[in-house]
Amino acid sequence: MTAGTSTRPVRRPGTGPGHGNSGRTGSLWLKLLPLAPAIALLGIFLAGPIIFSVYGSFTNAALTGKNAKDPQFIGPENYADLFRDPNFPQSLWLTVLFVFASAIVGQNLLGLGTALLVNKATKAVAAVVSVCVVAAWVLPEIVAAFVAYAFFFREGTLNQLTATVGVAPVDWLFEHPMLAIILANIWRGTAFSMMVYQAALNDVPQEISESAMIDGAGGALRLWYITLPMIRRSIATNLMLITLQTLAVFTLIYVMTAGGPSRRSATLPVMAYEEAFRYSNIGYGTAIAVVMILIGAVFSVVYIRLLKEK
Amino acid sequence: MSPTPAATPAPATAAATSPAPAMGRERRPRPGLSVSSARRSASKTLANAVLILLGLCFLIPLSWLVLASLDPEAGYTTELPKTFTLDNFAAVLTPELAFVPLLNSLLLSAGAAALTVVAAVLAAYPLSRYQLRFNKPFLYTVLFGTCLPITAIMVPVYSLFVQLNLLDSLPATTFFMAATFLPMAIWMTKNFMDSVPISLEEAAWMDGASSMKALAHVVVPLMRPGLAVVFIFVFIQAWGNFFVPFILLLSSGKQPAAVSIFRFFGQYGTVAYGQLAAFSILYSIPVILLYVLVSRGIGGSFAMAGAMKG
Repeated sequence: MTAGTSTRPVRRPGTGPGHGNSGRTGSLWLKLLPLAPAIALLGIFLAGPIIFSVYGSFTNAALTGKNAKDPQFIGPENYADLFRDPNFPQSLWLTVLFVFASAIVGQNLLGLGTALLVNKATKAVAAVVSVCVVAAWVLPEIVAAFVAYAFFFREGTLNQLTATVGVAPVDWLFEHPMLAIILANIWRGTAFSMMVYQAALNDVPQEISESAMIDGAGGALRLWYITLPMIRRSIATNLMLITLQTLAVFTLIYVMTAGGPSRRSATLPVMAYEEAFRYSNIGYGTAIAVVMILIGAVFSVVYIRLLKEK
Repeated sequence: MSPTPAATPAPATAAATSPAPAMGRERRPRPGLSVSSARRSASKTLANAVLILLGLCFLIPLSWLVLASLDPEAGYTTELPKTFTLDNFAAVLTPELAFVPLLNSLLLSAGAAALTVVAAVLAAYPLSRYQLRFNKPFLYTVLFGTCLPITAIMVPVYSLFVQLNLLDSLPATTFFMAATFLPMAIWMTKNFMDSVPISLEEAAWMDGASSMKALAHVVVPLMRPGLAVVFIFVFIQAWGNFFVPFILLLSSGKQPAAVSIFRFFGQYGTVAYGQLAAFSILYSIPVILLYVLVSRGIGGSFAMAGAMKG
């Protein structure tokens, strides 16, 4: 780790010198010893696989056959294959579309809208509706995925609803797989954005908005010029978090469409899973994983910078 | 969480990165402004109407789950059962279908949560109590870990588990899960610990207690609500996680409910929708109860302060 020998313990500010520290003898390393279990866990199970994956992506490791026992180092061939693979740009595009439509637009705007409405509405209505929105988010992922599957199924609830206004049934999961999983992910994830924005709006001083209202500013103007700028940090944080969460969504898509039909909803996580576990190209699947880790890393760095600015 | 989580985390870790149920929070009473009270009541009605419509959109997909679980002839359509029955619940309450998977879920989630809390408390102590030059980089590295999409590292983790001969091991899967939630838990725990005044430990040091004794007898008891939040937070995410055990656990006797339910759905030719719904509900109840417990009861603003602070 980065702890060099030059690191020296410094007392927390606000506590007087002389107490305590002298009573506890022991070197820096002894003081850092409690970190050992966490570092071991993180090192073996998170950092290890990431480092391992960079190496693995340069091999032809497979699930079965000769390459399973004795994988060969094949250099950047997996990456070369990946950039030649017509499925890769498609999966990348579907991932971008999925994240943009369901998280950045859907969850984010609907979450903000719901939070604003909840502040305006009658308390009882706000409470009941909040529970409905949060319920979809609290359910275990796989149950939410079943529910969404049943909703969009050909004989499912959505077609029942559209039939009441005389629209012919549509096989949503087959004809519009991306639309179905995007809507399902909005349904599942909006609660998170809603709660982040509710917390943020509660911290906006009411007086400022009130005085703007007396000056004659309408609702939309107040929202645009006062409320949104005041919660912009929450907006940025929320956007980063939901982007990262949505980037990783697998279960919802796997249960609803399994990436199909004919790969029309195969985002990067689904593609990596298929390549590694169905076609047993572990090395190739790892290369896709490395690309995903890199995308996630870029967003993480932006996110950490945002937090640091505080 | 949810998040993938995370976990995600994951969302992922990410599915849900911070439990922020701000719903219960009181809004500031607004001073009555007579100028616009008519317009305000109109906008209130509009807000109520839009919210109720929105609430229905979130509720309707869920209604299938509840109705199907009580319907002896359930399908994918949402309809009131002709006869209400608890037969679906009775049918799934067998050792093979429910008890073993739920017990596995319990072992996995409680084990991961316990490991995470212990490792996080130990790690948070030096981070909170000594100001070392290494703290900031370490904490930001950990935060970076929070953000990585867990879906992306499953292929390399699988390879690692194959190499180390850990595949299909419940303990190893528990350790991996603990590691994935650890970054978030370290952040939350450190924030909680920062709010426990160091002067209390200094008294213990004066009496000759070691720092670990002070941690165990002074600090930990004071942050019990916060630790309960971390425990429940990890438990909920682990309980709902499908992808990790789906990849790492092979034999059906070891799989948690999240995976057994999928076999239920995917393998048997004719899906018993009513039983699937009934089992989904049984499987969801524990996490819903725990979520309500966190959001309403224990912790309160203290708990949330730790979760939301950057």
